[in-house]
Amino acid sequence: MVTDNKPSLVAINVDGVEHLVPAGANLVDVLGRIGREVPHYCYHPKLPVAGNCRMCLVELGSPMRDRATNEVILENGKPKIGWQPKPAIACATTVSPGLHVKLDSPVVKSCREGVTEMLLVNHPLDCPICDQAGECKLQEYSAEYGRGASRYDHEKNAKPKRSRLGPRVTLDDERCILCSRCVRFTSEVAKDPVLGFVNRGSFNTLTCFPGRELDHNYSLNTVDICPVGALTSTDFRFKMRVWFLKQTPSVDTESSAGANTIVWSREGVIHRITPRRNDAVNDTWMADSGRELYKQVTAENRLRHATVRGARATAEEALAAASEVLAAGPLAVVGSGRLSVEEQGLLARIVSARGAAAYVPAHVGKGDGLLVSEDRTPNFRGALVTGLTAREADADLRALAADIESGKVRALLICREDVTALGLSATLLAKVRTVVIGTHADATTAAAEVVIPGLTVFEKHGTFINCQFRLQAFAQAVPGPAGVMPDALTLARLAGADAGLVWQDLSALPQLTGLDGAKLPAEGVQLDGSAWSRLRFPEGRLLKVATPA
Amino acid sequence: MAVKVVERRPLTLAERTYLPQILAGLRVTWENMVRPPVTLQYPDERPAIPQNYRGVPTLVRDPEGREKCVSCQLCEFVCPPKAIRITPGEIPADAPTAHVEKAPKEFEINMLRCIYCGLCQEVCPEEAIWLQTQYSMTGLSREAMVNDKARLYELGGTLPDAHRKWDVKKTEAERQAGGAH
Ligand code: SF4
Ligand code: FES
Repeated sequence: MVTDNKPSLVAINVDGVEHLVPAGANLVDVLGRIGREVPHYCYHPKLPVAGNCRMCLVELGSPMRDRATNEVILENGKPKIGWQPKPAIACATTVSPGLHVKLDSPVVKSCREGVTEMLLVNHPLDCPICDQAGECKLQEYSAEYGRGASRYDHEKNAKPKRSRLGPRVTLDDERCILCSRCVRFTSEVAKDPVLGFVNRGSFNTLTCFPGRELDHNYSLNTVDICPVGALTSTDFRFKMRVWFLKQTPSVDTESSAGANTIVWSREGVIHRITPRRNDAVNDTWMADSGRELYKQVTAENRLRHATVRGARATAEEALAAASEVLAAGPLAVVGSGRLSVEEQGLLARIVSARGAAAYVPAHVGKGDGLLVSEDRTPNFRGALVTGLTAREADADLRALAADIESGKVRALLICREDVTALGLSATLLAKVRTVVIGTHADATTAAAEVVIPGLTVFEKHGTFINCQFRLQAFAQAVPGPAGVMPDALTLARLAGADAGLVWQDLSALPQLTGLDGAKLPAEGVQLDGSAWSRLRFPEGRLLKVATPA
Repeated sequence: MAVKVVERRPLTLAERTYLPQILAGLRVTWENMVRPPVTLQYPDERPAIPQNYRGVPTLVRDPEGREKCVSCQLCEFVCPPKAIRITPGEIPADAPTAHVEKAPKEFEINMLRCIYCGLCQEVCPEEAIWLQTQYSMTGLSREAMVNDKARLYELGGTLPDAHRKWDVKKTEAERQAGGAH
């Protein structure tokens, strides 16, 4: 566990009330944390400060000091406050001891009214057709701080609407409030500066560099941070109003980086995935590729019922057939970094109870140095922690192939892996009796004797351990196909264990002592991975991992 | 308490003959016989419904024939018995109303659920949904009681549009594109 070094605190005064806040923090962040949110558009906690929207104007002051003696000047026994003659932006202010802030003064109110009125001068007010409606800062602040009526009776500027900014992002320039968040994101975080402003004054327009597109794998983060509906996701465009959607915390499974996510669903249908802030893992970002993964839930080749020797079977029949196969002779198990910690723990029980050989195949791709790591499974560290394997991920299954060939292995249990793509041909699989637990039909399920359907990460709950050895929980967003059991339940039945008590066993493991997967904090728990420091992992540099492990 | 005995007044001659009462009764009968009828031979005859009546909710088109609904789904949200179900959709870029961008792909109102409260009409930012004068909905199955998009437009017809906001916007944009600003 990480130690909690408390930052030093300073006292500031907000509208006459003293607050103790962390020294050196940004005033917008601080005011948000003490429940006095100051409206802001351009400021974003994970981007450099631009200070261009002026919505966060507040009045600032500090205790006055005598120039000669440097003594604090007192007035009625209290320090005399020297107020700055003009309002200042909170987002460019760092808290300092004795800082005085006015959030409610007539000056501050008229500042906000003025800024809002100017922003709305050319705004198209097309909220009924705008996907941002319901989560739009301009909508919220205009209702809260605006005048309520327009004094502008001229024609509004027309700008390009419905333009394609990239393969996944649609731009409506009339809605843009020129906060430059997206511009700063592409240059500072994605390191692919493709956005910029052209023209001047009220013709100022966001656009892509000539001949370029906003096409990198982080483009949809600009949609998340755009405070208005200027940048919208082409995939989610006009799909569903956000106020209908239920939010479920989850984890991105595309790689071992383990970005935290929110899954947005309505009545059992997932509509989009967005990042969830975790300063230790992904800040407020995630890759575009991870947002598409919900489509696997309704994929054509989804397994929806069990089969035994090609014939449809009930879950009970399949479990009975699977138990019989597992007992048929020397067993080998192909586990996976795609399984949750709970499932790996139960699989490890089967492995040790039957003295089976266990394999965890490697899936290595190209990392991008941000939030897609080289290891393309979310939970290989879980296989180490639960004891499913003690070595690096298996680059191939040649040893297993040889064992099958020589008859040393007669039964095979495969979980969430397509072994035909890993070098075990269908002819080789015909030589052993095979049980597969998987979510989608592939060549392996076609060759298996018993196929038991499983659930995707969106349809079950559990935990993953990412490449930082951080234990993170994901919750169930939507129900799985009717009659399909959670993988953990299937494995528990095969292991003769109780799936509900799996954390009793897991918390006995040295790295997981005292933990309960159902009661993890939202930001996860850092585990001690030093026991595996000698292993060579494929991951390189990531957003929050400086040196390759 | 003491009991007081009241003498019954003897009937007069007129009362004893019943004639005045019979004549008064006949007057009512004759008056009603010659008065124009107040009842209607429903369903062959139908009442005149006032224009502000809260009848069956319908979708309307503007005088140019454009469907006014942009599928913002506010009515679906506000509807207390959850009678409305909208599938939003995009207007293709080459359609004459492409500047409106959004329109419902499907729009269903379940009249078995609808309570005729009129909140959908009140909340609609586009004045596209109206509870008009149609008041009688019957059907032989549950499915028949769900009005789909085609039926809603058939019931709704065309209403005048005082604002023409999308047209105004389009004309302004075209003028500005022509360099007139
Ligand atoms: S598109 Fe959005 S994020 Fe980018 S400058 Fe405009 S308002 Fe800001
Ligand atoms: S948030 Fe401070 S100027 Fe925009």
